[in-house]
Order: sequence, then structure tokens, then C-alpha cells
Amino acid sequence: MSIAAPEPKANMGQPVPRYDAVAKVTGMAKYAADMPLANPAYAYLVTSAIAKGRIDSFELTEARNIRGVIDIVTHENAEKLKDVKLFSEGGYMSTTVQPLKSADVAHDGQIIAVVLADTFEAGREAAHRVKVNYRPATPSTTFDSPGTTSGPAKGQASRFKEDPKVGDFAKAFDEAEVKITASYETPTQHHNPMELFATSCVWTGDNLTIYEPSQYVYGLKNGVAAQLGIDADKVRVINYYVGGAFGSKGSTTPRTAIMASLARRLNRPVKLVPTRDQGFTIATYRAETRHQIQIGANRDGKLVALRHEGAEVSSRPDAYVVGGTKTTTRLYACPNVDSLVSIVHADRNTPGFMRSPPEVPYLFALESAMDELAVKLNMDPIELRRVNDTMKEPIGGKPYTSRSLMACFDEGARAFGWSQRSAAPKSMTDGDWLVGYGCATTCYPTQMAPAAARVRLQRDGRVRVEIAGHEIGNGAYTVIGQAAAEKLGVPFENVSVHIGDSDLPPAPVAGGSNSTASTCSAVMMVCDQIRQRLFRALMPNESVIDKAKETVGMGQTPVAESANSGRPLDREKAFDALGVSVVEEYGEWKPEDAPKDSFRAMQQGQVRIVGGSAMSDKIAYAFGAEFVEVRIDKWTHEIRIPRLVGAFAAGHIMNPRTARSQLMGGLIWGMSSALLEATELDPRYGRYVNDNLADYLLPVNADVQDVEVIMLSEQDDHINPAGVKGLGELANVGTNAAVCNAIFHATGQRIRKLPVRLENLEV
Amino acid sequence: MRSFTYQRVTDPSAAIQALAMAVANNNPPTEATAQPLAGGTTLIDLMKLDVMRPRTVVDINPLASTWSAINLDGGNLRLGALARMSDVAANPEIQRNYPVIADSLRLAASPQLRNMATLGGNVLQRTRCTYFRDISYANCNKRDPGSGCAALDGFNRMHAVLGTSEQCIATYPGDFAQALIALDATVEITGKSGVRNIPFAQLHKPPDDSPQIETTLAPGELISAFTVSGRWPRSVYLKARDRQSYEFALSSAAVALDVQDGVISDARVALGGLATVPWRAREAEALIKGQKFDEALAQRVADAALAGAQGRRHNAFKIALGKRVVARALHQAATMEI
Ligand SMILES: Cc1cc2nc3c(=O)[nH]c(=O)nc-3n(C[C@H](O)[C@H](O)[C@H](O)COP(=O)(O)OP(=O)(O)OC[C@H]3O[C@@H](n4cnc5c(N)ncnc54)[C@H](O)[C@@H]3O)c2cc1C
Ligand code: SF4
Repeated sequence: MSIAAPEPKANMGQPVPRYDAVAKVTGMAKYAADMPLANPAYAYLVTSAIAKGRIDSFELTEARNIRGVIDIVTHENAEKLKDVKLFSEGGYMSTTVQPLKSADVAHDGQIIAVVLADTFEAGREAAHRVKVNYRPATPSTTFDSPGTTSGPAKGQASRFKEDPKVGDFAKAFDEAEVKITASYETPTQHHNPMELFATSCVWTGDNLTIYEPSQYVYGLKNGVAAQLGIDADKVRVINYYVGGAFGSKGSTTPRTAIMASLARRLNRPVKLVPTRDQGFTIATYRAETRHQIQIGANRDGKLVALRHEGAEVSSRPDAYVVGGTKTTTRLYACPNVDSLVSIVHADRNTPGFMRSPPEVPYLFALESAMDELAVKLNMDPIELRRVNDTMKEPIGGKPYTSRSLMACFDEGARAFGWSQRSAAPKSMTDGDWLVGYGCATTCYPTQMAPAAARVRLQRDGRVRVEIAGHEIGNGAYTVIGQAAAEKLGVPFENVSVHIGDSDLPPAPVAGGSNSTASTCSAVMMVCDQIRQRLFRALMPNESVIDKAKETVGMGQTPVAESANSGRPLDREKAFDALGVSVVEEYGEWKPEDAPKDSFRAMQQGQVRIVGGSAMSDKIAYAFGAEFVEVRIDKWTHEIRIPRLVGAFAAGHIMNPRTARSQLMGGLIWGMSSALLEATELDPRYGRYVNDNLADYLLPVNADVQDVEVIMLSEQDDHINPAGVKGLGELANVGTNAAVCNAIFHATGQRIRKLPVRLENLEV
Repeated sequence: MRSFTYQRVTDPSAAIQALAMAVANNNPPTEATAQPLAGGTTLIDLMKLDVMRPRTVVDINPLASTWSAINLDGGNLRLGALARMSDVAANPEIQRNYPVIADSLRLAASPQLRNMATLGGNVLQRTRCTYFRDISYANCNKRDPGSGCAALDGFNRMHAVLGTSEQCIATYPGDFAQALIALDATVEITGKSGVRNIPFAQLHKPPDDSPQIETTLAPGELISAFTVSGRWPRSVYLKARDRQSYEFALSSAAVALDVQDGVISDARVALGGLATVPWRAREAEALIKGQKFDEALAQRVADAALAGAQGRRHNAFKIALGKRVVARALHQAATMEI
């Protein structure tokens, strides 16, 4: 055991090394753009230099004359692809703006032409020589820009069902002994996964193979098929590894069907590797948000009134919304709650999922406001959370399936040395540094979705698991392999895991932190099916009717009981009794509460995610407490974070090594989202300015010093068979607030707008 | 990136000859049709972005056998133009006698870049102004003279507050140049008609009415070395930036002092991250000479150094920041143990 491979506590699996570790560190892992293609044509995108207006004309002669250029495709000669709905409106797409359909430009960096060439270099050179004559219009860029339209999310975004409220907020707030009213802002951010948004398309007859980093191969396969108007069974998506995604590769972006269409037209594989700056506009992003929080409390800290109003930017045609009020209104006990989320439509690309889409901005507001309240009450911020801790969410009165928030605070506080904190702002210094300690709550909904798997067990104990899951750095290969190894009682090394291919049984989108819970639950169920067949061979007296019950996973016959109990199995004896060498099972698993059409939808690349606050009789979340030490240079006002401590409880931890890595990465990103990451818009043009990795600031190694991850033991039998609460998106939530709370402690200055730059500090 | 001819030269005269075709036209060196290639970390980047479009790239790396030496003879320093940033930063003699040079290099870019990049290329690195580096922006006088300046009223947080003009406010981004200008370094230039030496302070040109002309180099000329006379053990380079490493300065200061019996006999102050060119604060220096150091003096010097600064929408903070950085760097230099 080591720091990287923590000793498992109760209800934790073994910290086995990553299944794909050697492949990755030796460079053998093949990412989408690494897949060998026979004589590909290279596509290079031309994107719009205006955010709104029309294309008058293209001047292409110079570009066409570059040696190696095959063709240049614009709206004037592109195949018109079918319109497909937004993923959140029952479709697949990241945006309903379909490029190359008309002369209209709807956002900065929209794809307006594609150069096809024999080499990447020729394509790039030609693309630089494409001249575009625009008729620009003035874009409405963001909040407060003239010409935007705004309205409540409810009614325009079908995923946003309610503005949670309970009791009488207005009256309770009015009468409250202590009140806080404050406004907060979070910036535009881009995922910037290391791996670019590459796509290769290869046709074999009328079968299409797509190599593309995707968090949802079934979604992409069906989305592209719908756009091309072909049978989804003719489309296969392969991506064995995804080099970072963070939500940006979850829905189908327009580029893929365009590439497929071009490959069909050329009758030649087409390979696209867009540039880093194109990635800022051809995929999605986290839109900027604004919040107003009002809290009324008693002198003892008990909340009596809470109101959270949020506003988010979306594109003109699409009502994408994250709507984090479903979480912030339920986090603490409070009898009178009100909320409202609205959408501002601007001349922008449609935003999309980005790691903890609702929680990052919405908990920034709430957890900052809680700290402001603690200051006003002269109360320790941890005690304020304790006073308002609850096992029942206040809106519907539903019980949390488990909640270890205060245990996380207590363990985290101990590890961090919170007791060393002197409460008064500006009271801690170290030489030229002002020192501040801050903390905040994190939480993330526990979500699951239907998934299918195929598992094969050989007499010699070798296992093959097939499921169209996604290795986005989350450790999918590893935990899926562990789930099968544990169930079938074989060593981990015996399991070969096959994921990242839409020809395998469907798994849900690797989003909403549902992957481990969903894929492992499905794999475990199918392993149980195998065990049942083997136990039946050893208990030949069980009837045929029972067999039917067992295979749908509901049987409670002696065979099923033995199989499901984890009882050791004499595998070789069972195989000999069966008289075969291989047993293979396929099964479809769905979580409790999943809608009736779940399995059909799953095959069609439509996820039916359940869990979190949307369950009928309970509510399921993972929790954590985060602690930050901030240091501010008195002279330069440079802000540095020497220490981050997070304590988390997330049900069964499949693998403490991969879990720690996720949580550590989350803490670092959380710090980054407070201090560094912001995409700057030039409002005159509605364009992103710092669209590269030199100017879009991410932490470098020197910015990341001590990061301590503590995993608490927690058991939850009410969520899914794996007992897993997703934690991929848990640790980057609340960190932004903890940083600002620490900055307040160091300086006495409350920062309510992210990111915090040194010029925002007046020390 | 446009197709180009790659030529590798093994001696200086061949390099000069290969570059001579560039002399035929009247473009400033940055626009010349033949460009020398050193580490390539500026040039190749800008070619990929289609900002620089040479037809010939002359690889001068083989000249490193003669042009990369680090010499500290007789109390003077000579640095070959092809010395790598990392080699100079790691040199113990430089660290001891010229901490301002070692630190200005050590705190720049990343280890990978420092291993590639050369001193000559470093001083000639070009601005990071995004409107300059992204050809899809129509208005940039530096890239396309007469087209306007998108940064004046655009996102200009990283832009300059000193030495600006209505035509261009792009920051000179480098760190090392601030050490050179502070130490009154000399640039050795090799050209068609032999070798000439100019003060480093005369190498760069402020934007004025022609931001496309960045230096006084003639097309086809090469920088072959830098020299510094005397030693400056009491010198510091302080760099304030958004993150702890791998980031350009929001504001930096190169300060070198000569202190005799508690009295400052010589003082050099240069500013980075704030100006359109490597920036020497001579008026500020004048206040220090003959004085004893105290914090009030540091404050006065800092105020004088930024006296002419002009802020814009997003970069006005740099004026106050610059003053604090200067004051802090003076304090560090005055109090350092040598
Ligand atoms: C991401 C990133 C971060 C960076 N951060 C910093 C930083 O924090 N601080 C900092 O100071 N710098 C920073 N840099 C800039 C870096 O230091 C320069 O790119 C580098 O020093 C240039 O040296 P080179 O040898 O690679 O030059 P090249 O790219 O080879 O050349 C640059 C220019 O100078 C010309 N040239 C080269 N050598 C000569 C010569 N001997 N005579 C005449 N002309 C010549 C070339 O033709 C070209 O036009 C950063 C760069 C990057 C990409
Ligand atoms: S500041 Fe200079 S480099 Fe930047 S846009 Fe203006 S003219 Fe161009």
C-alpha cells in the first residue's frame, strides 16, 4: 500500500493497478486519431471569424491551388444532413445549429467549410488561404448584452421540470433574525481535454466505422445514423481510450456526420484532427452563470429561509440548462425554500455538460453564502453546517439513502488542522504571506442508468467481459474487471475487459458519474447469471421453471440464493457437470425507478438516468468536505494554494486507487476553477479570445502542492447492487467556494465572482 | 503554415548568404522571406498559426559549435546567441555572479521550452497578443500595418502600460531581455559586412507608428552573442504571474545594485510584462544612486518607474502591481546575502 494505493477500509475493494496502466505509460494505448487508416484524406476545418451574420461569398481559388487539396466543401456544395434534436430534448445533438446547411453564422467559430487534402499540412495551408466575405451582424454576447432574450427554464427545457420550493420563503425571510443577500458569478469555461476532438470515418460498403473519442458510443452511433438517415445498425463507433472528456464528448457534435458524409462522397477514409482553438467552438462548454442567494437564519444558525435564483447563458435555438437548484434547495434543513432558474439566449454556441455541470456553479453560490452567514453569526462554518445537517431533504421530505457529510467534515478537519485556524479574518500570516483557511461542502447526486453486458467464463477460469462502457480516465476497465473477478472468484489478471465499441452490449453515457454504478451493476448481474448456471449444474434437482425466473434476475430458488450469496463455487466441477468448456451470458440491468422504455431507449442511445433527487421515495447523494489553505503574497497579491484536503463518502469504493485519483483530480480542478480557468469573451465580436492552452490558464505542477484525499467507509444498500455512489464529479464541487472562503479569511475580502485574479484583491 | 524551403547551414558566412535573399526586399526582419531558425519555439508556432510566412527557413543550429559558449573571462560575461536557456540558467557561475540572468531564464516558460530555446531567439520572441496570433482577427497593425488595433478596446489584460502608442499596445513578453537591458548588455550582430556591436537597449523599437518594426536589426543580420561587463552578484529577477510556473509575467522587475558601505553606488531597474519593449527605468534609478536603502526610497523609486504608465480597461491594475513588484525587488536586492 502507498499514498497512491490507499489501504482499503470497510466496504472498499482492492487498490489494484489500472488495467490499462502499462498500455498508457508505454504509449501503446491507441486513441481515436492513432487508429491506422488505409489512405485517408485529411479534413481541416475552416471556422467562422464572426459570431453572427451571413457568408456573402467564398474566395477559394488560392486555396484550391495548394498541391494536395482534393476539395473544399461549404454550405454551397455540402450534403444537407437531417436535423436531429438536442440530446436533452430526446435527441442526440450537442447543438441544433447544423453547420454547412446555409450561409447563416450563428456563433463564433462555427464550421463554415472543410478542406479535404492528401496531407494534414496541405489541408491546413489551404484552410489558411480560404477567404470569406461576411455580412456581419452585431452579436449579443452574454448577460446584459442588448438583444438577448431571457425567460424561466421551466417550460422551455424539458429536462428542467420544477423550480423547487416549499413553505413561505418571503414571510420567513422577512421575519428572520439574521439575513444574507448576495450575488455570485461564475465564468465561461472550456473542458480542454488533452485529446483533441478527432474523428475518423471509414465506409465499408454501406457500413460506417467511426473512430472518435466519445463518452457515449451508442449515442454517437444513433445520432450520426439519424443525421445521415441510415440504419443505426450500419454504424459502429470505436474508441478504446478517451484522452479526457469531462462532458465535452458526451453528446453528438455536428462534425461527425459531416466527416461521415465527406468520406462517403470521396469513397475514402476521412480523418479530422481539429486544432485546440477550434475545440473551443465546435464542441460544448460551461456557460457563465449568475446567482442571487438569500438566506434567513436564527441566531443559533438554523436556516429558516433560503432562496436561490440562477441565470445561465445558452444559445439562441437551444435551451440548455444545468439548473443546480435541485441540489442547493435540498442540501440543508430549511422549512421555507424558493428558487428560480432562467436562461438567457445569446449569440453563442450551445453549452453542454462539464464535470459536475450544475453543482460547480450552484454550490459556489450556496457554499459562499453559507460562509458569509457563518461570519455574520460569528460561528464556525463547520458548526453552521452541523446545525443544518439533515437526513431528510426539505422539499419533498424524502430520506437520504445515506449521508456522511458531518463525518467528512470531522475527518477532514482533523487531517487539515482546522483547529489551528484563528477565526478572525487577516489574523494569520507567515512572513510575506497572508494565510487563510476555508472549507465548503461538496455533494453529487448518485445516478444510475440501464446497462447491458456479456460475460464469458472458461473452465480454466479466464473471463471475458464485454460492455460498451468508456475509459475516460475514470478507471472503467479496471473496476469492470474487478467486478467480474470478484463475482466469479477468479484473479483480476484472468479478466479481459472489452469496452469502447458500439458493437458491444450498450452502456449508458459516461456522464453524471453513473458509469461505475451502472456498468458494474450490470456486469455483476450477468456474472450472477453465470453462477446460477453453474450452481444449477451442481444442483440438478432444480426445475426448469425456476431457471426462467433466475435468468431475469428475480429468482430466489436455492440455486439463485447460492449464486447471489457469493458462495464459493467449484468451477471445474460445475463445468464438468455441464459438459461444456465455456459459459456465456448476456443480461440487461436497470436500476429501480427506471422507466418502462429503458431497455429500448438504451439500444437507441438514449439514457434513462435515475437517482439523485429524482427518485420516488428517497434521495441519494455522495458527500464530502473540502478544506483549502490559501496564501496571498502581500507584495504581488499572487494567490497560491499550498494545501487541499478533501474527505469523501461515496458508498462502496470499487478501487481506492482509481477513486483517489478521481478525487484528487477533482480537488485540483476545483482549485483551478476558482483561480485560473475562464474563457474570455470579446463582447464586441462575441468571440473567445484566449482559446489556447497558453492563455486559458490551467494549473501546472508547481501550482499543486499538498493534496490529501480521505475516503470514509460508507455502506448504502438502497442505491444499486454495486452499492456505488459515483464520485467522478464529486471532488471538484465546492472547492471554488472553499477557496473564496479561505481568501476571505486571509484578507477580509469577499470575492463573489470567479475566477479570482490577483487584481481583484485589495490587501 | 505555408510550404517553405528548409536550409541547414554549418558556418556563419553560409548563414548570412542564405539569408541574403531576404535583404532584397525592404521588409523588416520579422517579415523577411528568409528566417533563421534557432530553437523554433517562437518561429514554428507563428508559422503554424500562419502569422509568419517565410519562404525559406535557415536552420542555424549547427553554428552552436561556435555560437553557444558561455564565457566569464576577466570579469566580463559573454553569452553565445545559440546557448540554450536551460544551460545558461543552470550555470553555477552565472547563478553566483548574475542571479538576475539565471533567474530571468529559470522563471521563463517550461523546462521543455528552455531546453529548446536559445538566447538569440529568446530576445527576439514576439508578443503574445492574441489578436496578433490569431489571423482571423482583422485588426492588427503589427501583423497587417494600417488595419487598426483590436486590443485597444478589446481584451487587454496582458497588454502594456508603458511605451504604448495608439497603433499598438502589445507587451514585449520576454524575461531575459529585462536582465540584459538592466545590465547594460551589448549585442553582437553578425551581418554581410561583418560584426557590429550595439547596446542591448538599442535593439528593440517601441511601436510608435510602425509596430511591425520591432528591432533595429537589418534583414539578414544575425545576433551572435551578448556581452555584459562587470559582475552583478547583488541582482534579482522578480516575476509576478497568475500561476506559479510556465506563465508570462503580469509584471516583473530586474534589479541590480552595487552597494558600498551601505550606500547604493549603482542601481539598475528594468521592468517586464508592463511595456512594449524591454524597459529600463532610468529616472527611477537616478533617485537611488548615492542613497541608503529604505522602504520609503523603494516606494519613491517604484512610483517613478511607473510614472508614465497608461492603463486600459483590463490592464490598469498593472500600474499598481508594477510599483509593488519594483519595490519588492529593490528590497530583495538590497537585503540579499552575497
Ligand atoms: C508556451 C510558451 C511559454 C513561454 N513562456 C515564456 C516566459 O515565461 N518567459 C519568456 O521569456 N519566454 C517565454 N516563452 C518564449 C520562449 O522563451 C521563446 O519562444 C524562445 O526563447 C525563443 O527562442 P528560440 O530559440 O526557440 O527562437 P526561434 O523561434 O528559433 O526564433 C525566434 C525568432 O528569432 C529569430 N532568430 C532566432 N535566432 C536568431 C539569431 N541568432 N539572430 C537573429 N534572429 C534570430 C527567428 O528567425 C525568429 O524570428 C514561452 C514560449 C511558449 C511557447
Ligand atoms: S496590440 Fe499590437 S499586436 Fe495586438 S492587436 Fe494591437 S496592433 Fe496587433
